[in-house]
Amino acid sequence: MNKVFLIIQREYISRVRKKAFLVTVFLVPALVLAMYAVMYLIYKNTSDLNTARTVKVIDETGSFIQKFKDKKDIKFQNIKQPLAAARKDLKQHPDDLILYIPANYGAKDTVQVLSTKKPSMRVNIEIERQMNDIATNNNMIAKGIDTATLRNIQSDISINAKEVTDKGDKDSDITTLYYVGVAGAILIYLSLIIYGGQVMRGVAEEKSNRIIEVIVSSVKPFQLMLGKIIGVALVSLTQFILWIILSIAVSFIANKYFNAPQSPMLGFLSTMKTIPLGQIVGYFLFYFLSGFLLYSALFAAVGSAVDSETETQQFMFPITLPLLFTYLISVTFLAQNPDSSLAFWLSVIPFTAPVAMMVRMPFDPPGWQLAISMSMMVIGFIFTTWIAARIYRVGILMYGKKASFGELVKWFFYKE
Amino acid sequence: MLSIRNIVKQYAGHTALSGVSLEIADGQIFGLLGPNGAGKTSLIRIINQITAPDSGEIYFAGEKLNQSHIERIGYMPEERGLYKKMEIGEQIVYLARLKGLSHAEATRRIKYWFEKLQIENWWNKKVEELSKGMQQKAQFIATVLHEPDLIILDEPFSGFDPVNADLIKNEILELNSKGATILFSTHRMESVEELCDSIALINKSKKILDGRIRDIRNSYRSNTYLIEYTGQKIDFTGQQPFTLLDEIATENSYTIRIKLNEGITSNDVLQYLIPQVHINLLQEVIPSVNEIFIQKVNQIS
Repeated sequence: MNKVFLIIQREYISRVRKKAFLVTVFLVPALVLAMYAVMYLIYKNTSDLNTARTVKVIDETGSFIQKFKDKKDIKFQNIKQPLAAARKDLKQHPDDLILYIPANYGAKDTVQVLSTKKPSMRVNIEIERQMNDIATNNNMIAKGIDTATLRNIQSDISINAKEVTDKGDKDSDITTLYYVGVAGAILIYLSLIIYGGQVMRGVAEEKSNRIIEVIVSSVKPFQLMLGKIIGVALVSLTQFILWIILSIAVSFIANKYFNAPQSPMLGFLSTMKTIPLGQIVGYFLFYFLSGFLLYSALFAAVGSAVDSETETQQFMFPITLPLLFTYLISVTFLAQNPDSSLAFWLSVIPFTAPVAMMVRMPFDPPGWQLAISMSMMVIGFIFTTWIAARIYRVGILMYGKKASFGELVKWFFYKE
Repeated sequence: MLSIRNIVKQYAGHTALSGVSLEIADGQIFGLLGPNGAGKTSLIRIINQITAPDSGEIYFAGEKLNQSHIERIGYMPEERGLYKKMEIGEQIVYLARLKGLSHAEATRRIKYWFEKLQIENWWNKKVEELSKGMQQKAQFIATVLHEPDLIILDEPFSGFDPVNADLIKNEILELNSKGATILFSTHRMESVEELCDSIALINKSKKILDGRIRDIRNSYRSNTYLIEYTGQKIDFTGQQPFTLLDEIATENSYTIRIKLNEGITSNDVLQYLIPQVHINLLQEVIPSVNEIFIQKVNQIS
């Protein structure tokens, strides 16, 4: 056991010391920071929306003029000047706009908004909306419809989704749940591929360096494989924890210096208060670790079978196929039908469960399904580790033999 | 030191070892010889407990071979190498700790060896920055650092340049004189002939010969001598006390190979020749291990 610890230590330290590790640790918080900066800049550029604009209305119909309502950033002002004079006047007041409503306003493109600056979308939309309301109102009165009665019978329905649970009704924001699930699936898929690949490359490297036989004369091949897998798992956990800590730190700093009223991260976090986030992070760690143990054992077996990294491709694809499949349908099907029977089966098969379960997690899957899924994961990784170890112990000492699936099966049945 | 009893090892499709038995005494330099594919590496891997035999037993210093013996064996495989990106000092410390040394003890001993092989400034160098010869020195240090009782070297001189091979050879002899038992394996039989006390010849998964190298060669003596002389060419008419095997004339001397007649010694031959010619050389022709091997293989088949 002491030797496994030594191996873990070497695998961990040699990876954490690499420049690539440090770069990725700081890259993610740097991206978060950049995201804040971009948000801040966009916010700053669009802030001129908030300076009040005065809209000078030249109304040739007379039916709109008194009915415009001032908003916080848009003031309406009635002017009697003809259009040409108002146009000249506009040069002195760059923040003003002219709204010209001709007598035949109903025809297409006859109502005009003139300004020296490009008019913003919001102002346009606001004017359009108000004019439509006023015109509709006027028409109804003209046709003898009582607008007051109409307003009373008009309904304004908006759905407020509530989930009935034992703890009482709670708001459930389907959109946020969907994003959390998909994000979890993407994260777990990428982590499994990236860190599993590290295990595979590590094994292939030991084999092609020819150090493997020196090592297995001191430790059992299984100990070496186990040490490497655990070492890489610890590296990945270190990375996740550093990302979380640094991203939170960056969020606070960004919030302080950029002083954006709605920091996207904090805003997102507040909408996620409805979801048991700590629970999801806990399950993420379980499914990442068990999925990693399951896949990295297979990756280690592949690494042991080949003489160079280029040969790994033919094995990588079939092994990662279940993950890829689940990942692809998770975004479309699973996240929309988290309680379907396909979702259930995918979450009890250990090869697909990590991704499938992460998608379903925000939707609170039933406890018994979680229990089955989690125990299947444990059984699954013990099983694949056992298979992989049998291939590994033969593969690492086999040079110059072109590995194929048939060959791997043969190795599996070798006596010790 | 090592008693190997009836080891059988089969792989799918072929037999690597069929009933091989060997006795290696304490303090010996033992040569395990045979052509490529004879089963040498399979046997060595079994001794190192990298693989297990299908049947048969191995005793190490009187005890049945077990995990605790790993720390008393130093093994330099034929396929050897180091982690390329790791610093050399750190790397040897790691390998030594896997063999059970403490960090401090390993560091102390590496410093001793680095001084001895004059490579003190290498500690922080990465393996990929070192020349091949330097890597070989490091590899050798890693093999013997934990002061093993049994040092196993598989094809030790393949890949070593002549200077390093000689250096390593002397280090091996020094370790042997301090009490370590050495087990060599090689297919280049002439390379270890002068080093070994005892040898075993393995061919096609079977041991065909073993014993002390002197005894083996003595038993293959055939009363054959090589004589070089100058002077008048002798016409051998059949009166001489030996049979002429062949004769080569060079510019100013003649070399003959002879087989002594029954009951005749080399002294009798000299007495016969000295009155006639000037003798430059008389040497008994003892077959080399290589020749014995070929002879033995031919005999069996």
